[in-house]
Amino acid sequence: MPYLYNTPDDQAAMLAAIGADSIDALFDSIPGELKLDRPLAIPPALGELELEQHIRDLAGRNLNASSSVSFLGGGSYDHFIPAAVDAIASRSEFYTSYTPYQAEVAQGNLQAIFEYQSLITRLTGLDVSNSSLYDGGSATAEAVLMAVDVTKRRGRVVLAASLHPEYRQTIATYLANLGVDVVTVGASSGTVDVAELAAEVNDQTACVVLQHPNFFGCLEDAETMAQVAHDAGAVMIGVFDPISLGLLKRPGDWGADIAVAEGQSLGTSMSYGGPVLGILACKESLVRRLPGRLVGQTTDRRGKDCFVLTMQTREQHIRREKSTSNVCTNQALFALRATAFLSLVGPRGLRDLANLCLQKSHYLAQQLDGTSRFELAFAAPTFKEFVVRDKENAIEALVADAATEGYLAGIPLGGWYPHLADCMLVCVTEKRTKAEIDALVDVLQTGAAKAAADELIQAGI
Amino acid sequence: MENTRDTKLIFDLSRSGCRGAVLPKCDVPESDVASLLPAGALAEAPPALPEVTEPQVIRHFVNLSKQNMSVDTHFYPLGSCTMKYNPKRNERAAAMPGFAEVHPYQPEETAQGMLEMLFEMQEILKEISCMDACSLQPAAGAHGELTALLVAAAYFRDMGEDRKTVLVPDNAHGTNPASAAMAGFESVTVKTDVDGGVCMDDFRAKLDDSIAVFMITNPNTVGIFEPNMREIADAVHERGGLIYLDGANMNAILGITRPGDFGADMQHYNPHKTFSGPHGGGGPGAGPICVVDKLAPYLPGPVVEMDAGVRGPDSAASAHYSLATPQKSIGKVRAFFSNTGVLLRAYCYIRTHGPEGLRAVSENAVLNANYLLARIRHILPVPQGDRCMHEFVASASKLKSDKGISAMDIAKRLLDFGFHAPTVYFPMTVKESIMIEPTETESKDTLDAFVETLFRITEEDAEFLQNAPHTTAISRPNEVAAARNPCLACG
Amino acid sequence: MNPENLLYAKTHEWVSLADEGGGKVATIGISAFAVEALTDLVFMELPKVGQKVKPHESICEIESVKAVSDLYSPVEGEVVEINEPLPDQLETLSEDPFGAGWVCKIKLDSDSGLGDLMNHAAYEKVCAEEAH
Repeated sequence: MPYLYNTPDDQAAMLAAIGADSIDALFDSIPGELKLDRPLAIPPALGELELEQHIRDLAGRNLNASSSVSFLGGGSYDHFIPAAVDAIASRSEFYTSYTPYQAEVAQGNLQAIFEYQSLITRLTGLDVSNSSLYDGGSATAEAVLMAVDVTKRRGRVVLAASLHPEYRQTIATYLANLGVDVVTVGASSGTVDVAELAAEVNDQTACVVLQHPNFFGCLEDAETMAQVAHDAGAVMIGVFDPISLGLLKRPGDWGADIAVAEGQSLGTSMSYGGPVLGILACKESLVRRLPGRLVGQTTDRRGKDCFVLTMQTREQHIRREKSTSNVCTNQALFALRATAFLSLVGPRGLRDLANLCLQKSHYLAQQLDGTSRFELAFAAPTFKEFVVRDKENAIEALVADAATEGYLAGIPLGGWYPHLADCMLVCVTEKRTKAEIDALVDVLQTGAAKAAADELIQAGI
Repeated sequence: MENTRDTKLIFDLSRSGCRGAVLPKCDVPESDVASLLPAGALAEAPPALPEVTEPQVIRHFVNLSKQNMSVDTHFYPLGSCTMKYNPKRNERAAAMPGFAEVHPYQPEETAQGMLEMLFEMQEILKEISCMDACSLQPAAGAHGELTALLVAAAYFRDMGEDRKTVLVPDNAHGTNPASAAMAGFESVTVKTDVDGGVCMDDFRAKLDDSIAVFMITNPNTVGIFEPNMREIADAVHERGGLIYLDGANMNAILGITRPGDFGADMQHYNPHKTFSGPHGGGGPGAGPICVVDKLAPYLPGPVVEMDAGVRGPDSAASAHYSLATPQKSIGKVRAFFSNTGVLLRAYCYIRTHGPEGLRAVSENAVLNANYLLARIRHILPVPQGDRCMHEFVASASKLKSDKGISAMDIAKRLLDFGFHAPTVYFPMTVKESIMIEPTETESKDTLDAFVETLFRITEEDAEFLQNAPHTTAISRPNEVAAARNPCLACG
Repeated sequence: MNPENLLYAKTHEWVSLADEGGGKVATIGISAFAVEALTDLVFMELPKVGQKVKPHESICEIESVKAVSDLYSPVEGEVVEINEPLPDQLETLSEDPFGAGWVCKIKLDSDSGLGDLMNHAAYEKVCAEEAH
């Protein structure tokens, strides 16, 4: 076995020290009838070279952002990752350490997390950030639980239909046994109607959850929504795209009390959706209800500045069933990546990044809108994603055909929004060149032509 | 060679005008931002991020990294965390674009290699558990607990049974009662005996028809295989309840006994522990769960199904995989599929070992722990007795009353000698507890050096120890001040 | 206040009873023994004025670095006054637990709970046992 040290001589010496006859004897406390009397039925061992060949074979069967041209978004994005981010995160002093319980030998991790928390507060315009959660979806659910706890309102939580459908599903799952209703306010024109929202928010509403820019890429009237929530005494939860904050107002500035996001865009690869980075920041007044770990600055016994895990009485290992959450770790390695990423891009880089996404996505939107086959589904302003409608209603086939050409064209929406079955969500990041964008328009039109031809053939014409 | 200049806060290194990453010029016709977005939505200026160059960023973080202890640099016997070696081949695999750069919503046809790996993981985890179905969705062990309890709640609701109680032993991880509360259950604590086993009198007194789930960690948190496991499982099943196995300690029993064999109905895995992580400074992990047949319809979606072809090394390419949502699914517990990057590393680890190798992992983990126990109990008492599974809990209680040396003092002083501290003050059922888990990837030489150091420390002056560590850059942060006046971000 | 003239709950709250405006008002605090056992207090929240409380019900929480303790009401009634500056001056709890460190005043609705309280001598015995 490649990672075991004990030689037969070592084992014999160790058994002698223990006073046991054999390794098997060390398992005597397990009753014989509970033991497995055969080898596990799993595939046989592979050497390093065979393993690598096997993994390469599997990897080779996955289209990916290096082997294709991707226009997919929906919460997972193909943004550029500077090499320095990889270099930092591949320091094994970072990635082979664990939660910094012993501050004296974990100042590197602790300071990195403190810097992460500081960056997130600056990014969101809120007072406090935790050290991160699993992902954007579960972070949103945690924010909702926080709001229910803080307001002591167990009536309902109000979600925008334009909030990521999988975030909405996650919230519903988390609330299933807690006696809180989930009310969803429609967004048939791509954004939430303020009057419709106001009609659902009452004095038993714990929170309003709004994504801005929303799942369709559209900008919501976030400031007005926050006002509606606050007028009813509800907590405003804003779900944001970190990259958008190069141009857009910060959640804390438009009135969010809690801001959550998927932080994968900040230097972490997509990895089929995970592992990624759940960002959660809030106002100072909510800090004692904040889930997850927190790092604070203090001094040591000699008076030297240092960092330490703090406010641990909120957490499960002390408060057990009364804790703010069961979360006991954070996504430290990706918080580190986000810290390195944000430091590298800086304020101007973030603005440039946001502007490139904005300009390029608008360019593609215009190009598609200019074809006879496609039209934009919504009129609302968009940031880096938009919804496009196929007038011939053959989105699934178009996407499949484009994939065979090496283009990941968009995400069909019918599974989540039946009324958008003829639509797809298209995303353009800074990585897409004009040539790639123009080529996609061609591919979609050729595909569209092909799909139409197929239909004619099938119809026997 | 401490470098304090470059490890100032990144904000203090900032100089206006510096840039670490320069983006390409816009190659499409550019419009005025104000013409594309409403004025009210725009920020006056981008957020106040630091302005630093790439070399500065690298020097800053590389110097920070040197302030950490890690598995790659030091022995890390942190009980309950299974800090084993993190194989480099796994990292290379996870970095391949064919895994790292796959989008969660790309067509299934374009991700068949990913789906095959995930399907294989489901099959492997089911076999190691002796259970019938698997969900890879949960993002961490605690998330797996929550997910399984939500599955249990859905199952009982469907059966028309109103069961509101979850039993949790008093030495369980704090996540157990916290997860129970999040899933809408009331948790009731069951006492444990001195050996860490469930106190059967207390268990029987608390067992009734309101019990939905008994959450048990086996081997338990003091490193003992639960002496009455079968009896507990039978009694809970007889009352219609379910057994949840907290899989934190799977490293002791791979291929030796299986949770399904000893009565568990559901369990989570901690692939970042058992299947070699890495721990990433606190995450990411993953928390896949396995369940018995009757709970399978309630698992969160999606799960991977093989809908055509034959499984196996020669015919793998002929098989076809797709995503499906179980019939009565509790829904989603997170966005997208799962922590596939962590699962891929675990897959590589399992494929490197095969059935015999995995068994050897547990055998050597248990051998190393017993060897340490045999040597340490002459220095520090181990209340549970003279045998353990993969870890054990020593107590500095006597040392504290005799000499004034606490578990914390020992933990801190170990750092001076280049050993990461064991877990201290957990479980709380043992006074002045020191929980030691060496794992299988340490040599006898390392274990011997650790024991000798521990012995030397217990002979040292109490006052000297109370101020330990002495050689680290900082020592004993003021946790009271940190919690009383929290400074959680720099202004 | 002289600790010898106070009543005590098993959960380490002290009670001082007084007649006010035709009713009984109990001043509640935390005993010196409990404050010392908690060590290094970092946070507490006060009950709310107007809050209705019952004996043995948690009315607020006190936190040290690594522990959380509930403060239980020894009596039944309504909270009529709270020691507002206390959370910002936690050192008062250890410096003057029976005086300036009082937590709240409760106007009694009934005598419920009073029968469970101990005098100083009995409480000292409880503390001596717990210290072992």
